Amino acid sequence: MQPIEAAVTLSVIWIGLGALGLAFARTPRAIVDILFPAGAAVALALALAGLWAMSAPVSTAILPAGLPDLPFHVRLDPLSGFFLLLLGGVSFGISLFSSGYFREHVQGLGLLCVQYHVFLASMAFVLIADDAYLFMVAWESMALSSYFLVTTEHRSEQNRKAGFIYLLIAHLGAISILLSFGVLHGGHGDYTFDALRRAELSGFWATAAFLLAFFGFGAKAGMVPLHVWLPEAHPAAPSPVSALMSGVMLKTAIYGMVRVIYDLIGGIRWEWGLTVLLFGAATSLFGVLFALMQHDLKRLLAYHSVENIGIILIGIGLSMVFIGSGHPVAGALGLIAGLYHTLNHAVFKGLLFLGAGAILKSTGLRNLNEMGGLIRYMPHAALYFLVGALAISALPPLNGFVSEWLTFQASLQAYLLESSVVRSIVPIVAAVLALSGALTGMCFVKVYGIAFLGQHRHQITVRPRDAGGWERAGMLWLALGCLALGLLPVFVIGQLNHVSQMLIKSGLPEAAMASGWLWLAPTASAQASYSPIVFLLVIASVFALTFLLVRQIYHGRLRRSDPWDCGFPEQTSRMEDTADGFGQPIRQIFAPVYLIHREIPRPDDPRPVFRQEVEDRHWRWMYLPIARFAEFLSGHVGKLQQGRISVYLLYSFVTLIALLVFAQ
Amino acid sequence: MNVASGIVFQVLQSVLVVLIAPLMLGWVNQCRAWLQNRSGAGIWQPYKVLNKLFHKDAVLAYNASPLFRCTPYILFGCMWLAVGIVPVLATDLPFAPAADVIALVGLFALARVFISLAGMDVGTSFGTLGARREMMIGFLAEPALLMALFTASLISHSTSLPTIVDALGHRQFVIYPSMAFAAIAFLMVLLAENARIPIDNPSTHLELTMIHEAMILEYSARHLALIEWAASLKLTAYITIGIAMFLPWGIARAGDWFGLLIALAALVAKLALAGAGLALLETLSAKMRIFRAPEFLGTAFLLATLGMLTHFLLEV
Repeated sequence: MQPIEAAVTLSVIWIGLGALGLAFARTPRAIVDILFPAGAAVALALALAGLWAMSAPVSTAILPAGLPDLPFHVRLDPLSGFFLLLLGGVSFGISLFSSGYFREHVQGLGLLCVQYHVFLASMAFVLIADDAYLFMVAWESMALSSYFLVTTEHRSEQNRKAGFIYLLIAHLGAISILLSFGVLHGGHGDYTFDALRRAELSGFWATAAFLLAFFGFGAKAGMVPLHVWLPEAHPAAPSPVSALMSGVMLKTAIYGMVRVIYDLIGGIRWEWGLTVLLFGAATSLFGVLFALMQHDLKRLLAYHSVENIGIILIGIGLSMVFIGSGHPVAGALGLIAGLYHTLNHAVFKGLLFLGAGAILKSTGLRNLNEMGGLIRYMPHAALYFLVGALAISALPPLNGFVSEWLTFQASLQAYLLESSVVRSIVPIVAAVLALSGALTGMCFVKVYGIAFLGQHRHQITVRPRDAGGWERAGMLWLALGCLALGLLPVFVIGQLNHVSQMLIKSGLPEAAMASGWLWLAPTASAQASYSPIVFLLVIASVFALTFLLVRQIYHGRLRRSDPWDCGFPEQTSRMEDTADGFGQPIRQIFAPVYLIHREIPRPDDPRPVFRQEVEDRHWRWMYLPIARFAEFLSGHVGKLQQGRISVYLLYSFVTLIALLVFAQ
Repeated sequence: MNVASGIVFQVLQSVLVVLIAPLMLGWVNQCRAWLQNRSGAGIWQPYKVLNKLFHKDAVLAYNASPLFRCTPYILFGCMWLAVGIVPVLATDLPFAPAADVIALVGLFALARVFISLAGMDVGTSFGTLGARREMMIGFLAEPALLMALFTASLISHSTSLPTIVDALGHRQFVIYPSMAFAAIAFLMVLLAENARIPIDNPSTHLELTMIHEAMILEYSARHLALIEWAASLKLTAYITIGIAMFLPWGIARAGDWFGLLIALAALVAKLALAGAGLALLETLSAKMRIFRAPEFLGTAFLLATLGMLTHFLLEV
């Protein structure tokens, strides 16, 4: 058996599980007790198949499906294998969580199960497709199934609107990707990726194909300015689906970008890399600045997905700049940094969305300003969420830090570059990356501090329950993933090296692997090294040592009392900072970036309410003008439609005359 | 130097620095007192305070979570690791490869995030206020620090501190204009991150102007002692990083036992000088309004980034 057969079989089993969901539509218990855990098991098997494929030789197959004369080609190489590992590993945790989460979601559970598993299977097919035809079919079924998942709660007007925006931008992206394949194809009649790879393109057409693919996949990934669907669609979808979309689906766009640019187009130029780099930097800074202004937890997480996509693009852009200027080793470092961050983001963002789901399920809240003190009711969810929050804030020794560290290392290779302009842009991008990393830390202190710590901000009628067994298992899996990816980076990089060897025929130097599994040293150990395990061990042993010594030498006596707070007698939850308040310094410092609508209460108001919404400027300067223009055009085109048969006959008559006159 | 003696040396250095860190704080305070024409409490005062605090019973708010109790230990662990990996006396520390300068910045960020979360844990008005302000200072100071360190990294083509010290201190003497920018930016970050004037006042008693102190208002006894000790460790760590990057002369090379003695003397002299300088700076300037702090740190960030650009434009 070859890895590709395993991958195809498992994806088909997913579709089968979805179909069974319809059969069991009357017995929702069976769906949550059997189908979702079975889906999780398939996911785990798929992850193993992906891991296997990363070091196995490339395997291909032709599926007995598709149109006559146009069968589906599939292929599993290290790049696809890596992304299958990501898909399987993350969706394992999410499916386990879903099994608990959807327990109370009785209506339409059968349909949800179909959409969920078809969504998973279509993502798997996107990753193993080896012709443009299957790729687009899978890409579209991924977009459609996720559209239906986003509009699960379709009774709310806002959710329907969110779904529409998502579908619209997904299709704009799909058209752009399709055109890119068209350009790559160059009129040879064969749409297999092999043919696309062989096609020789002139400089202009290669750049056109790059730009089309970059914006097409960028729209799906949530790159600025095409990110507007993310903060709408993620809050609308059920939480496990948000976790899947943000954790995994955005990554298929990164996969597509890497596949088309590195593999199919080839011959990367540094100008392309610079484009990716600048868009990445803008995306990451913009994403985090808007995340800081949010008080809806899921919207905030969605903006953080935008930010992290920016960080991934910075890694890939650096790699393209280096490859384009003839430094493949530094290019490999950038690519590995980007791909590593792709995996890391999938794991911790999946975890954070599941945490948000656990909060939403037990309290019914999404607004941070109304939460507070949840750590005392949901200790398990609080612990897992803390791991995710520390990981996304790029704090050592968790996983987010490793990939940011690698990205910084790649940017410090800038001295290799000849062009002094590019050489000075790279440090500026590194500065942007540092700034957005630090802002992320601030944002997650806000999220965690406001949601889980402090006092309650609303009247509790029902004591919030902690996450159940299945939900905990799902979050635990992803939290362990954050820890493992953070502590054992050398293994991950060893695997990613296969991907880089395949794509750019160059990997990290031998010296990088020479210092052993404990020390991560991507170039040479004298240049840079990092050992998360030693790091963690030292902090943990100092922790234990201090704890014991203090008790040994002095004492461990403890008294409980009211909080002190400088002797203020009364402490209500209204005196705490809110999520909006916490972001206030940022609002003041970066004021020109935002468009803020505020309602400030009058000073004599007995029940003062402060409301604040931050509007995305992109709507005003980009989307609304385009929408107005489209409306204007369609208004005029609409005049053709008169609804009377005589008018239509006249049109036919005029067309015929015109053809007779002009088409000789 | 073989591994065993390396580890002995590593442990010696860490213990030594941890023990003398409060002395550093005492020295700064004493210098400040002299400059302000006071007689001062003596350089041993921080030890007395720590001892007193360790003897007291800890008082904890009813709703304090485990996170609140763990934070002082985590903070202390982070700062111990930080002073353990900075080449203070010699460049061959076996633990030094565990974290390069980027990881060092990450380590400070980890400590900052935990102390801010602990500040928000009990849910008092001052705690959250302090946490918010600390994070505001932090998000500007962290990238500025990283950029200042990157300038040195670019010159030595390495992010590992011992290699940087080797490249800057033990090779041919060259004046780098970019390091001047980095040094000023580093100094500004040092002041902000260690809650010194002009950003914060370590001896303030006015709650509304507090930043660091507001966060730790709920701590008492041994927890407070550990936090205070960690703060003095942080100050020492920053000063020794500054010494390693900008005044690396005198730090011993690998296996040079006689050099170590010179290094010790040089270190004491440099630390004493740095402490006196800090006290002078704090006496000469006044605390600025909290909303001037972003300008101050934004300047530091710009200077550090300019330093990196200068390196690429003038020195390569």
